[in-house]
Amino acid sequence: VNGTLIQKLLARAAGLAQVRDGDIVTCAVDLTVLIDIQFRHGLLDEVATVHDPGRIAIVMDHAVPAPSIRDAESGIAARAFAAEHGISRFFDVGRHGIVHQLIAETGLALPGSVIACTDSHTCAAGALNAAARGLGVAEIIQIVCTGHTWYRVPPTIRYEFTGELPPYVSGKDVFLTIAQRYGDATDCALEFGGPGLETIPISDRRTIATQGAEVGADFSVFPADPVCLEYLAEVAPGAAFEPVSADPDASYADVRVIDLGEIVPMVARPGTVINNAVPLTELGTIRIDQGFIGSCANGQLEDLRIAAEILRGAAVAPGVRLIVTPASQQVYLAASRAGYLATLVEAGAVVTNPTCGACFGYHLGVLGPGEVCVTASTMNFKGRMGSTEAQVYMASPATVAASAIAGHITAAKETSRSGGRP
Amino acid sequence: MSIGIVHGRAWVFGDEVNTDDMYPGFAMRLPVAEAVQHLFSVSRPGWAREVQPGDIVVAGRRFGLGSSRPVAQLLREAGVSCLIAEQYNSLFLRNCINYGLPAVTVPNAREIIADGDILQVDVAGGALVNLSRAISAEFDKFPDFILGILSSGGIIEQLRGSGYLKKR
Repeated sequence: VNGTLIQKLLARAAGLAQVRDGDIVTCAVDLTVLIDIQFRHGLLDEVATVHDPGRIAIVMDHAVPAPSIRDAESGIAARAFAAEHGISRFFDVGRHGIVHQLIAETGLALPGSVIACTDSHTCAAGALNAAARGLGVAEIIQIVCTGHTWYRVPPTIRYEFTGELPPYVSGKDVFLTIAQRYGDATDCALEFGGPGLETIPISDRRTIATQGAEVGADFSVFPADPVCLEYLAEVAPGAAFEPVSADPDASYADVRVIDLGEIVPMVARPGTVINNAVPLTELGTIRIDQGFIGSCANGQLEDLRIAAEILRGAAVAPGVRLIVTPASQQVYLAASRAGYLATLVEAGAVVTNPTCGACFGYHLGVLGPGEVCVTASTMNFKGRMGSTEAQVYMASPATVAASAIAGHITAAKETSRSGGRP
Repeated sequence: MSIGIVHGRAWVFGDEVNTDDMYPGFAMRLPVAEAVQHLFSVSRPGWAREVQPGDIVVAGRRFGLGSSRPVAQLLREAGVSCLIAEQYNSLFLRNCINYGLPAVTVPNAREIIADGDILQVDVAGGALVNLSRAISAEFDKFPDFILGILSSGGIIEQLRGSGYLKKR
């Protein structure tokens, strides 16, 4: 038996010895996460019995604290559902976070498991060796009721990392390089490995895995290497899990080598990340109205640490708004204790509560017509963050922080400080 | 309900029409009947006022890249009978099927269909006829379990039929 990471993950979940690309398999789902906005569709209240309350979690993230009466109603429905079906893992406002960050840091996303959630960035948990992907509202209800769903086994594109990232170059730049160089990965899985992988921390892996959605990948999966296991020992001490490894003779749709040492700060131009990113040095001068650091991709403690390092003793340029959204209450608290939030606020940034808000143009930082934003979030589609006449560029947290100071999009300069490494 | 043969006017869109275009973030604040008005707010503003029941949306590659928001629900509410695309984002494709909206793959769709053409699609039979141009094409049929979802009117109807949802 030989297989890629995703082949082996799906085979195990389906109770099969082996699967081939293109097979349609029915899998048991280990964790299904319901999020606040799913409750507005008015179907969860019709669920008679849940298959297994122990395999369900509820996370409030997209529209919290409720910015509208409709969103408040979603909260009421979520609380009622948790009570009716005995869902103990309910992360209500105050204990909440963006779902993908929250299930990682609370040890709910475990290697070898199958995870479902109605958010396209569910693939983020692939950073921790899980078979995770976004599914629709209706399918999630089906899993809640039956415990199972189906997947088409996707062909795998493998990225082999060599070398080590330069200072102030991070997972976002790796992802944008991949999206620029290789374009979309529709209907494929992404798998990451190679000798350079050990230099990539979980925070950067989570950014890369999360953004697999933007190139249309079904899954994006990392191995449970020592870096991963060390993270899990911290967030899920004593948890039982069975990681999956790719076999040396696994068959790939393509194998692509990425020399991390050659990666430079990148920026995606507005519209899409697919074949639409350039090194910052080739961008020209783009004045900004807003910078955003946040989302499931880049609202992590490490992202806030880098932003604070760059903004320490500096000031956000006049006419620029810098919005920083910690990805979870846990990140918020840790960033507060470390002094990052004070540094950011002193520099003139706005620190919001944890939510998906600004990333999807819903609340806490919506763009108006003609405005230009550089964002370290997930998507730069036209209209994504507000007006369809706004322009959204995408770059790393370091670039967004440096750009907020400069008033135009620019890379963070290496200084006598730590150079971007803790 | 059977899937049958659908018949309608083609609305042809480009590559990588994304879910934010079809279901903008701000429209998620609105009831479905109002959110429908904002379908294709980037690529074809005002489209919802023109679309007629039975019409067919035709698109290029990477159709539906983006979020899991239930665009298919809006398309159905707008009266769209079928989608034809050269390639779909898999999450979007699953969403369409699960909401009972047939979404067929025709790799050369835009070579044989122009905006305004009248089409006839036999979803289960894998046959497309462009009546305006007298062109026929075949496409890969869905597996039986997907045809089952479509003919039930979507996954929610299936769950209802199996007693997983409370009686309304």
